[in-house]
Amino acid sequence: MLGEGIIKGMAETARNFLGSYVSEDRLTTVQYPEERLPQKEAARNFPFLLFDGKDPHIGLRCVACQICEKECPPQCIYIVKSKDKKPDYVGKPQFYPSVFDIDTSVCMSCQICVEVCPFEAIKMDTEYELSTSDRFGELLLNKDKLAKPNEYYQKIHPTEAAEVDERLAAEKAKAGAKAKAEAEAKAKAAALPKPTVPIPAAVPAGAK
Amino acid sequence: MSLDQIFVFLKQVVVGWMPLQCQPLVSAILSVAAIIGVFASLFAITTVLERKGLGRIQNRYGPNRVGPYGILQPAADGIKALIKEDLVPRAADKFVHFIAPLVLVAPVFVALAVVPVGRNMVAIDMDGGVLFFFAVGAATELAVFMAGWSSRNKYSLLGAMRAIAQMISYEIPLILSAVTVIMMVGSLSTVRIVQAQEGFSGYLPNWFLLTPWGLAGFILFMIAAAAESNRSPFDLPEGESEIIAGYYIEYSGFKFALFFLGEYIGLFAVCGMAITLFLGGWTAPFAFLEGIPSYVWFFAKLFALVSLFIWVRGTLPRLRIDQLMNFAWKFMLPMTLVNLLAAAIWHFMAPGFSRWAVCSLMILGPYVALGRGLFTRRHFSRRVYRYAE
Repeated sequence: MLGEGIIKGMAETARNFLGSYVSEDRLTTVQYPEERLPQKEAARNFPFLLFDGKDPHIGLRCVACQICEKECPPQCIYIVKSKDKKPDYVGKPQFYPSVFDIDTSVCMSCQICVEVCPFEAIKMDTEYELSTSDRFGELLLNKDKLAKPNEYYQKIHPTEAAEVDERLAAEKAKAGAKAKAEAEAKAKAAALPKPTVPIPAAVPAGAK
Repeated sequence: MSLDQIFVFLKQVVVGWMPLQCQPLVSAILSVAAIIGVFASLFAITTVLERKGLGRIQNRYGPNRVGPYGILQPAADGIKALIKEDLVPRAADKFVHFIAPLVLVAPVFVALAVVPVGRNMVAIDMDGGVLFFFAVGAATELAVFMAGWSSRNKYSLLGAMRAIAQMISYEIPLILSAVTVIMMVGSLSTVRIVQAQEGFSGYLPNWFLLTPWGLAGFILFMIAAAAESNRSPFDLPEGESEIIAGYYIEYSGFKFALFFLGEYIGLFAVCGMAITLFLGGWTAPFAFLEGIPSYVWFFAKLFALVSLFIWVRGTLPRLRIDQLMNFAWKFMLPMTLVNLLAAAIWHFMAPGFSRWAVCSLMILGPYVALGRGLFTRRHFSRRVYRYAE
């Protein structure tokens, strides 16, 4: 009969109306500034720069290779390569960015910079409360604002960070082993008497 | 002087204190100021209550940031509307565009003048009060079309045309359902209509709502009233999701707020008329509650009816234009005519059970039959071209 469905619908909305006062579970609203939902681990919005240790200048992983600058689709990254070099995490002397700016008003959060970085130096942040009253100054993030310690990365993306750390440690160990082997070889070479006259077969035994 | 008559008494004191020549003018100004003040503040309260109620219906909180429990939200909205830029399209007819919101707001306030909000509390006790109400209420259609036409926008024109079609279609059932009451009372005066519903038979009041034709008339009146004031589910003229905002798409700032105000005041006016016609105006529902002042009863009933409208808005989806028109002409109009007949028979039959049975059957039968008619689907066959192929 006409009107049956209307009565049914009205009963349903009345149940919702009264139920929302009785049970808090019905209300899906999160009262944002006071309470917020926990973020998903894969959450990301803008990139930041990673550094090891305490000092952002010394520990900065970025070597100013400018791959991210070239790959960035909206071209929001601006890098100036340094004149001098500083040792990187394995101790090899590398360039570092004397200027590294990201314009977050241009950035489209595509994560391409992260994917192309061969040095695990740029990662995605989860910080989303970036509103500011200064649209030119505050949205252009410079090196000091972008640099964040590795511990922060471990905190926001634990799984990913553990993987990266493992890989870096392996690389470092490998590099260390290689350096050691090289050093040993060098030492060995140094220990060797100048082979002015080749003495076959007897020399390796003598070196041992 | 009782609490019931305190406002009437205060007005008499103020008017009596004035020189004799100014008395009619002062009396009119006081009534008008009271109507504008009370109903405009009621509008503010209703907007926040509506938003909160709709929120709760959808399991949300609704506005709760401005002031305690969000009760100051209308103030924030009002300030926002006032300081917003007032844009007028370059191609618009500027004068008509400017005057349309005013033409909408003025008649709905004027219509409230004949609604008695309490014992002896009516701005004008006109002999043709109900007629005046509907005549003035029809003027809003003009404003709607002015707004839609002058904006020089296809959406607004579509919205205005829908609004005109809808308002004219539903004007007829609205008036015909009110005519039953006029027929029974034998007067067009709103005060007389309320007086006819005073008193109690047994425990129940003598409201027209508690008769078969009155109940049917009330429901029909409320449906037509929802369509007249463009409320959901008849909010096609606005149709936010299809024609954006219909006839007020090109309005911004305070003019937009005026449209909003006009719509709500129109809702109050038509609810006030429904209360006057069917719910016994300012009379108490039970004899032992008669001590409570009459205006309290009027506003309590008004609140109940507005809540009903909010509840319906939170429940029903928007109708399609053909459904709307079918409903108006194939259901509402025949039902109001049947209702008129039922009311006439009720008048001429002796009081008792047989009168109830006959009138109820007279209304229920057509209701079921017409309702079934609305649900029959027309099957369209494939169009066959006789000459083209």
